[in-house]
Amino acid sequence: MSDRRARFEAQALPHLDAAYNLARWLARPPLDADDIVQDAMLRAFRAFDSFRGDNVKPWLLSIVRNCFLTAAGQSRRTRTVPIEPDGESETGDPALVADAPDPEAAAIRADEGRRLGAAVAKLPQEFREVLVLREMEDLSYREIAQITGSPIGTVMSRLARARGMLKERWLSDVEGIRHVVQ
Amino acid sequence: MSCSEALRVHAYFDGELDAGAAAEVERHLETCTDCAALLKDLETARSALRESAPYHRASSEFRERIADALDDEDGDRSRRRKSWPGISFLTGAVSGGGVTALAAVLAFFLLLQPGSNLLVDDLTNAHLRSMMSDHLIDVVSSDRHTVKPWFAGHTDVSPPAINFAAQSFTLVGGRADYIDGHRAAVVVYRHGKHIINVFAWAAGDEHLPAEGLRNGYHLLFWKSGNIAFCAVSDAGLDEMKTLTRLIQNAGAPIRRE
Repeated sequence: MSDRRARFEAQALPHLDAAYNLARWLARPPLDADDIVQDAMLRAFRAFDSFRGDNVKPWLLSIVRNCFLTAAGQSRRTRTVPIEPDGESETGDPALVADAPDPEAAAIRADEGRRLGAAVAKLPQEFREVLVLREMEDLSYREIAQITGSPIGTVMSRLARARGMLKERWLSDVEGIRHVVQ
Repeated sequence: MSCSEALRVHAYFDGELDAGAAAEVERHLETCTDCAALLKDLETARSALRESAPYHRASSEFRERIADALDDEDGDRSRRRKSWPGISFLTGAVSGGGVTALAAVLAFFLLLQPGSNLLVDDLTNAHLRSMMSDHLIDVVSSDRHTVKPWFAGHTDVSPPAINFAAQSFTLVGGRADYIDGHRAAVVVYRHGKHIINVFAWAAGDEHLPAEGLRNGYHLLFWKSGNIAFCAVSDAGLDEMKTLTRLIQNAGAPIRRE
């Protein structure tokens, strides 16, 4: 194994789930998240020797985002019909749902997750990405600014907008469900 | 609902304010009901997004696809068993001998691999299996008085099953698994978004590697008495070392003969 490969396995591959999650939230059919992430990982690997810094995750995610934008640009030029995101069929991550001891509570949580996922998937891309990066990946404003190539002030205002839109579309709905359950 | 301080409440919630600004926002929250309600909404939405919304992990098949693509890019084919340079030569040599001879040659090659590599494969696969299927945990509990006795009936060893939630390693349960021919006990922790499987099995006098890395997963090995341990996760190495130290200081495991 080459030295570069060993360093890449140790420093970049642990972020493969984050890369995949971001690609899945960004890409809509007919774009394929698998292809986007593979493209991104190869580009990252080729560029890894010239990477300077100690924070691989935002660097890698910015490459994933660029690969997504490239693929989306090519797709747009070939005129495709947008299809609803596939978030509806997803249940929550089994690893995270499995620890609910009560099956009924687990079912409600899975349903809540589906609705929430669908609400996130419907946000426009520039709002969807800041929300995913902040809430799911726990990245700082500075890191999100680096990934999205926008000033920190823009990240802040987009994040606030994204949260407002999500609340409108989802929060009141779920509170209604909680009242019925209790 | 649009207090002029709203944006700072977001930044406060995200931990982006310095101590002085944070104190100002806290004072403001005491008197502004709009901003107090906003903060509560932010907390509700975050916990729902982190606990219920789909988090798309890379599947083991996809990890393998990435590893293959990196192999091609790296020009390093020796890592992969299917393209060992010796095999095509040897299969040619034994082609007259039929399937048995071929199997013997392959077995010979497999035996050449150091035992610890097979163990690393075994553990990584067990970890991946637990993440892929719904078989992450057999006994669901954050209470060690539930998890530890459960092992007594299902595995050969009873490792400590202690909730280190205060150090952000939450005990989510236990599982029985099969490692290296032993009935292994697995203590499952969650750390942020990461799942850490801590395998424990009755050790022989085999040599354990200290650390391993396979497909982006870290493996940390240690022995306590005659029990072998291995923590497997995609969490950061330093964080995993913190957990293994906590476990090592937690008391002696029990081995049933």
